[in-house]
Amino acid sequence: MARTPVQFHLNGSDRAAFVDAADNLLNTLRRAVGDFSPKYGCGQGTCGVCTVLIDGEPQLSCLTLAVACEGRSIETTSGLANGPDLHPLQTAFMEHFAAQCGFCTPGMLMAAKALLDRNPNPTRQDVVEAIAGNICRCTGYEPIINAILAASSNRSAQRAY
Amino acid sequence: MLEFRKDLFADERDDNLNVVGKGVQRQDMLGHVTGRTPFFDDHAFEGLLHLKVLRSSHHHARLRNIDTAAAEQAPGVRRVLRGKDVPVNKNTLLSLMNFGKDDEPTLAVDKVSFKGQPIVAVIADSEAAALAALKLIRVDYDPLPAIFDVEAALKPGAVTVNETYPGNYFAYHDLYDHQKLRFGDVERAFASADIVIEERYQASPIEHAPTETNGSIAAPEQNDRYVVHTCAQGLFFSLGTSAKIVNLESNRLHFIGGTVGGGFGGKVDSLTEPLAILGAMMTGKPVRFVLGREEEMLYGSPRGAELHIVKDGVMKDGRIIARKMTGYFDAGAFTRLSSYGVIKCVAHLPGPYTIPNIHADVHCVFTNRCPSTAMRGFGVTFSDFAIEVQMDKLAHAIGMDPMEFRIINAYRDGDMKAHRRIAKNTALVECLQVAAEKSHWPLSENARRQSSLTGGGGERAVIPPTAIDDNGRIGRPETRNGPSRVQSIGARVPIPELSVSLSQDTMAAPVQRYSQPAPMPPPAIPAPAQVQPPAPPSAAPAPAPQPASRHGAVRFSSLFGTRRR
Repeated sequence: MARTPVQFHLNGSDRAAFVDAADNLLNTLRRAVGDFSPKYGCGQGTCGVCTVLIDGEPQLSCLTLAVACEGRSIETTSGLANGPDLHPLQTAFMEHFAAQCGFCTPGMLMAAKALLDRNPNPTRQDVVEAIAGNICRCTGYEPIINAILAASSNRSAQRAY
Repeated sequence: MLEFRKDLFADERDDNLNVVGKGVQRQDMLGHVTGRTPFFDDHAFEGLLHLKVLRSSHHHARLRNIDTAAAEQAPGVRRVLRGKDVPVNKNTLLSLMNFGKDDEPTLAVDKVSFKGQPIVAVIADSEAAALAALKLIRVDYDPLPAIFDVEAALKPGAVTVNETYPGNYFAYHDLYDHQKLRFGDVERAFASADIVIEERYQASPIEHAPTETNGSIAAPEQNDRYVVHTCAQGLFFSLGTSAKIVNLESNRLHFIGGTVGGGFGGKVDSLTEPLAILGAMMTGKPVRFVLGREEEMLYGSPRGAELHIVKDGVMKDGRIIARKMTGYFDAGAFTRLSSYGVIKCVAHLPGPYTIPNIHADVHCVFTNRCPSTAMRGFGVTFSDFAIEVQMDKLAHAIGMDPMEFRIINAYRDGDMKAHRRIAKNTALVECLQVAAEKSHWPLSENARRQSSLTGGGGERAVIPPTAIDDNGRIGRPETRNGPSRVQSIGARVPIPELSVSLSQDTMAAPVQRYSQPAPMPPPAIPAPAQVQPPAPPSAAPAPAPQPASRHGAVRFSSLFGTRRR
């Protein structure tokens, strides 16, 4: 099968890979490019651990064909920090115990970043809806919601639990 | 807010609890939020191969023929593995501590015992090539009747699920078909109880559903070793299991893990490591074996279904005078950790209550379901559910408040447990009082004055006369299909520590004496047989809290009774 070259911007840098027509973005990022921050959880778009931003929109990379990303701008958790300086969401996740095993964290962070980039002052319900497609199995939704609110301009919506 | 009740646990270790109640950053948190935490699959290897297994499409069947010729010729396929390629193709997880018999093959050879049991492994250049090759394998099955009900599985004539255990029950010490607990005489107590209630509690299997599916990558390393990146919850448990199955010295395996993308007990079975290592040995290449989500949900071992039948005798004043429990753990087709779950369960019965007559039989049963395994307190969680639902039903039946009812029956310091150990550092009464206070549940003045520190011991510390059978044993192991040796074990009783003298023609033996020094009046020997329940604990002011006494490390073992004093 002929392999197709695809070029895109990953966290601000140019990347290129040869892919099969059926290759998804998740495997391309992980196995061809070497960015392991998006995870495989289900391969069918139900768990959200593979969430990345494509041109600023949260997308499930396991259901996105790599060839469809030609020329697009892709953001992942590995590009969230600015060198040693953490993104406010990262700091808030650390301070609010918003990760346990850490496997859903990269997807949660990207879903949260998409929300705050669009709406810096979300309500609690906005946050819940923004991460509705992201499953956490260590039962950490409350700390995660609080962390996202803490990183927003709407700190007062945090809730004690 | 977290409260640390030093008044209740004054004699607990106090040397190194200086972080309790404080916010301390987890050491792995920076890795989690930057996406740098290396989970097992987050490792790049040149020439990585992918392993997939063909799984049984039948619950129970003989394998007449397996034809892999077409798969071996399929594009991208590097190697096809069969049962004969696995050096030690029969294992049981707890064999590392000599507990139980090897009963589970890595790849089935002549029979499958559950739907989804691995039969053939294909190693290929890509996952897609491996999956395509699986479709070319032809397996001829001769279906056998399948059994899914634990009680039916134990009936004589039931089809054998697992040839290692022909009676469909795990044989403890190669001899006993269940775990048993006896204390007092429940049948006599039921006869004198005001109300007797019997209920059945049936659990369902529960999949752990971790966000990261089970998997591992094995690769040849320097010095003739193999490096294994794995999600295993018990890293060295998995190393030992894998070393046995692939027949390598354990120092030739270099396991790297500790980053588990959700486990909850579902990553202790070494579902992928042995085949990944074997694949690396056979191909000389790095081999990755990861379960897909569907495989994880259908064939990753779940929490086993348990069935508990609970029969209690209760007095109208609130005292439970007898509890009889019959439990069945559905192990699925192979043992894995269910045999241990049963032991945990029996060690936990009858729950945190002082009941003078206890009778429990708990069975580890094989059926044609997916093998079950550890999950969050398995062995205790569901039996506790059954017990606590039963407690509510009992309270309702005698018209008593369920919290008050539990406080009446809660064990107290100094009480004798059915396992012939003195209860220490009990705190159920206080837990109930705090729970009632926080939920604004009204408690009577009497219930509020109760304490775990008072009302225990004395006649509540006596081991009651325990019903025995005609052979002088506390109930005879049923023989079913088991070995005939069970008929000759009478000589094992009495067990020496209990210094019991047997009377041949009565149901009840004289009072057994607990020999360990304990703060209680010694019972008279021989005492007349009696099954009267001890008096309910009376309210008395709690003694002054004892000063915190110990510094430095304390042995932290509840098994040897040295954790709490």
